[in-house]
Amino acid sequence: MSLRLRDQGRLIDRSTRLNFTFDGKSFSGCEGDTLASALLANDQMLMGRSFKYHRPRGVVASGAEEPNALVNLGTGGRFEPNQRATTTELFDGLTASSQNHWPSLEHDIGAVNTAFSRFLPAGFYYKTFMYPRSFWKHVYEPFIRQSAGLGKAPQDRDADRYEHFYFFADLVVIGGGVAGLQAAHVAGEAGAKVLLIEQTAHWGGRAPVDGGEISGKSPEAWVAETLAALEAMPNVTLRRRCMGAGVYDHGYVLAYERLTDHDPDSAGPRHRLWRVRAQQIITATGAIERPLSFAGNDIPGVMLASAMRDYVVNYSVAPGQRTVVVTNNDDGYRTAICLKQAGLDVPRILDARETGGGTLMEEARALGLRIDCGRAIGKVQGGKRVTAVQVCAQNGTGGALEEVPCDAVAMSGGWSPVVHLWSHCGGKLHWDAAQAHFRPDAARPPLGRDGKGFVRAAGAANGALQGALADADSAARETVSALGRKPAKTALPEVAEAAEAPLEPVWLMPADAKPALKAKSWLDFQNDVKVSDVQLAAREGFESVEHAKRYTTLGMATDQGKLSNINGLAILSDALDQPIPQTGTTTFRPPYTPISMGAIAGEARGEVFQPVRRTPMHDWHEANGADWEPVGHWRRPYAFVRSGESVHDAVMREVTNTRNNLGLLDASTLGKLIVRGPDAGRFLDMLYTNMMSTLKPGRCRYGLMCSENGFLTDDGVVARIDEETFLCHTTTGGADRIHAHMEEWLQTEWWDWQVYVANVTEQYAQIGVVGPNARKVLEKLGGMDLNPQAMPFMAWADGQIGDFDARVYRISFSGELSFEIAVPASQGQAFWDALMEAGREFGVMPYGTEALHIMRAEKGFIMIGDETDGTVIPQDLGLNWAISKKKADYLGKRAQERSHMADPDRWKLVGLETVDGSVLPDGAYAVAEGVNANGQRNVQGRVTSTYHSPTLGKGIAMGLVKHGPDRMGEVLDFPGTDDKVYQARIVDPVFYDKNGEKQNV
Amino acid sequence: MSEAVSALNKAGFDGLARVEECGLQGMITLRGDLDTRAVKSAVKAAVGVAVPGVNQVTLAGETGACWMSPDELLLLCGHADAVQTVAGLSEALAKSHHLAVNVSDARAVFRVSGPFAREVLAKLCPVDLSPGAFEPGMIRRTRMAQVPAAIWMDGADTFRVVCFRSVADYVFGILKAAADADAAVGVF
Repeated sequence: MSLRLRDQGRLIDRSTRLNFTFDGKSFSGCEGDTLASALLANDQMLMGRSFKYHRPRGVVASGAEEPNALVNLGTGGRFEPNQRATTTELFDGLTASSQNHWPSLEHDIGAVNTAFSRFLPAGFYYKTFMYPRSFWKHVYEPFIRQSAGLGKAPQDRDADRYEHFYFFADLVVIGGGVAGLQAAHVAGEAGAKVLLIEQTAHWGGRAPVDGGEISGKSPEAWVAETLAALEAMPNVTLRRRCMGAGVYDHGYVLAYERLTDHDPDSAGPRHRLWRVRAQQIITATGAIERPLSFAGNDIPGVMLASAMRDYVVNYSVAPGQRTVVVTNNDDGYRTAICLKQAGLDVPRILDARETGGGTLMEEARALGLRIDCGRAIGKVQGGKRVTAVQVCAQNGTGGALEEVPCDAVAMSGGWSPVVHLWSHCGGKLHWDAAQAHFRPDAARPPLGRDGKGFVRAAGAANGALQGALADADSAARETVSALGRKPAKTALPEVAEAAEAPLEPVWLMPADAKPALKAKSWLDFQNDVKVSDVQLAAREGFESVEHAKRYTTLGMATDQGKLSNINGLAILSDALDQPIPQTGTTTFRPPYTPISMGAIAGEARGEVFQPVRRTPMHDWHEANGADWEPVGHWRRPYAFVRSGESVHDAVMREVTNTRNNLGLLDASTLGKLIVRGPDAGRFLDMLYTNMMSTLKPGRCRYGLMCSENGFLTDDGVVARIDEETFLCHTTTGGADRIHAHMEEWLQTEWWDWQVYVANVTEQYAQIGVVGPNARKVLEKLGGMDLNPQAMPFMAWADGQIGDFDARVYRISFSGELSFEIAVPASQGQAFWDALMEAGREFGVMPYGTEALHIMRAEKGFIMIGDETDGTVIPQDLGLNWAISKKKADYLGKRAQERSHMADPDRWKLVGLETVDGSVLPDGAYAVAEGVNANGQRNVQGRVTSTYHSPTLGKGIAMGLVKHGPDRMGEVLDFPGTDDKVYQARIVDPVFYDKNGEKQNV
Repeated sequence: MSEAVSALNKAGFDGLARVEECGLQGMITLRGDLDTRAVKSAVKAAVGVAVPGVNQVTLAGETGACWMSPDELLLLCGHADAVQTVAGLSEALAKSHHLAVNVSDARAVFRVSGPFAREVLAKLCPVDLSPGAFEPGMIRRTRMAQVPAAIWMDGADTFRVVCFRSVADYVFGILKAAADADAAVGVF
């Protein structure tokens, strides 16, 4: 059983007890515990079940690499699945539950999968769910979805806040172990601006656990001293609980700071994502111990040797009373020595090497430990706990020599440098045969804009399992020089560490394990990939490591194969009979461990999820029943709904009132671009299809803009302000786009034309005053002369209306008498109020975008985005009158001359009127005789806009129809999605006031 | 003339930093050849300062000039003076190709002040705001979370932020969140 010891525990405070629950059961731990150490202290070995076979699993590691001990953490708005118990700091009131089991962790029905595991080999899903094809949708997929995924998805809105932080540094050092501390110290002393980040809550990494001496002191004392020196440097920033998540081009580093995970009730943001620009980066990310692949290596109680001594030294927790240590290197002995010194039994050390180890072995022997060389574990006995191991010869097939009762196994398969951050941005790896691992190849680093490397690995992360400090020191000195600084002449701290004998690579234990053993030798604990699966993949032709990975799912779990990848590719290499470097590794991608979605979103949530653009009258609209419609990032009132009224009723009322009395439209969102300069006229002639240079000051002209490909992209009214100045109105969504379009042409193509453009959209509140009473209300307010003689249709003028400086455009998109009036935005609300007040006697009502749409459709005016969809040219819409034939060129002209564009068979704009007065469904197609090559009904047109017109009392629509304008009076069939076939007659698109008498009064 | 109001009518918030909308500010976009004597003297006459260098501002009390791009300045003046100042510029520059336009109401202006002001803005803008890297006299046109903005410093702990008027509410919202009293980073 696992339990809390009496001594040790450098990270815990026994005097502070913390209560928590796991699967509803109450436990207590100490301040400083991780959830994993606290569970072990309570003899809770079983922490979860594996993904595929639902095998019982306990914790195997002590840090970020943990594949097994994943829990659902928290409740409600703080619920989060797949949290590693090993990196979850314990706090009072923590609630966790285990994952991937039903009905309970102890009794899980899915575990039956393990009995059928020979029917669930690698690629099982690919092979099985292919046939019959119809089963996929109705049988297989629902079943797989049901059983897929580890944790539960959160149900509630996240209760926490998150933020980003932009930081710039000369050097970012990732990893706060002794290598990172030394590197930061060297760079800090040289005056560089340094950011040192450490993913855990503690500085010093493994050194305080593994022992030895630095500068004649304990590693712990050296760490404290170095830390104090760093803290005193104003140019050095230190952050704990801050993980280097990714390294990207141009020295961009993402760092993930967990601020309140260890204390969720404290105020402030939960996570902060640091977005760092660094000149240079040092990855001092340490190394991860590899498991050994023997049968039953996944049974709770089997752990990494280093993790086991972490639990003893850091948390005073013994995972077992009798621990068998199995190793292929000297480091494993440290665990045996540590356990023995903690008063625990170590009945056997199994060293796979025939000749055993060096001084650490001697030390263990001196403590009276029994060491068997050339021995291996044939099989671990036990179900939810280890009960014994069968010892066999490493060079054999697994025949048991003896059975040793025990309750834990510490395994050490050697160390793999954490090369992830080195590799993210293209750093290459070198296979170090002596240490049997991939380590950064200093000759092939990630390259910066200057073609030079900007990342260096330091310490164990660089493969310097011994001499890490010296390695970090030299990496830091090189980096300081690369920064153009001079390293200080400080002596390298002297390090005393035990000399180690070489390891012997062991990828399978025993070396010639029988198939039955290989089928229980786990490589990827989380995804249940075994030695036999990788060998099967190789046999079936998945020779590329990337293919084998996807076929077997090796390394595709949430731990991204931190423990499994090297062992897996060694097995693959062996199966393919090729050296490991030839097999290579899979790609390392950020983030290093999963980061929260909240941290990625940062401040973008709730009210500020997205910027909402508001006109000066936004609040008034809100207070007066606006039913909002998003248009670009703007919100525009779709209609102003009164109490007791439906949205549809409101729209009908607004149309009728505007046609009969007076309507007000907030048109502030329309784009307004000032185009000025001696070449402005010539420039606009190129941008618009019609002639703008001939427009007289004081007059307005409607214009169309096309892309180079000839397609209609925007429209609006252009007003000529003076000889050199034009004001171009764009659509609401088009202002920024058209502004950029203009700048692009001016900066890249016509850079020698003298034209300046400014976007003044938001300078003005613009209000449409529309309806038969429009002039009356303005005259009541007083000011400038708005009579038809002074201000004819399509004229504009600056002047005063009431107290307001105004620019008045006499333009109409509704067919009514209409003035669009622009006043400074700071006076927009006041002007609106004045119009509402003065308009009361004239029956004023505000109207929204839907009324605007209906009135323009009654008049047959097109709308960009309705009648156009990026494939429509002005000629399709019967807008030939707005296309100049005099101009030599305009954007889109040549494109419109291409054969397909000039094809008489193109669908053209017509009006559509239902035979029974109903409203055509939007987007409905007009069917034609016969079917196409795909067996679909042929079509001959489609609806682009459709409304109920309260003015005409029937459904009206616009649409594009093949040869439409030549087929007036013909009736077409439009099948709806409601099984009704709508019949509509082709008519002229101008339904209302064809002669334009109403607007011209 | 009716009384003019700014987008948020001087709303304020106290947290890590004081965030306040500054109210009405006269602003003029001037485009032209900034190296010419005509533009230099027109700017001096209009707002009393020299044409600023690249990424710089020249301020004199409530008036000033901000560098926006190689051919664009943002001139600062009293809100009520903007129309007159534009007219003056247009007259002074009548013979050179230029564009002077009043954009006072197209923008909103915020002040962010206090010892943590740098940190508050560094949560939103991808700019090195550490002391020494960003100081009074400099300006950056940048991105503030999801919208464009320009920032400069009025003093050691005081920033001015200019954004589009329509997103004033959004900018105030993100500044308030960034200035949450419990969200200090503690690095500057």
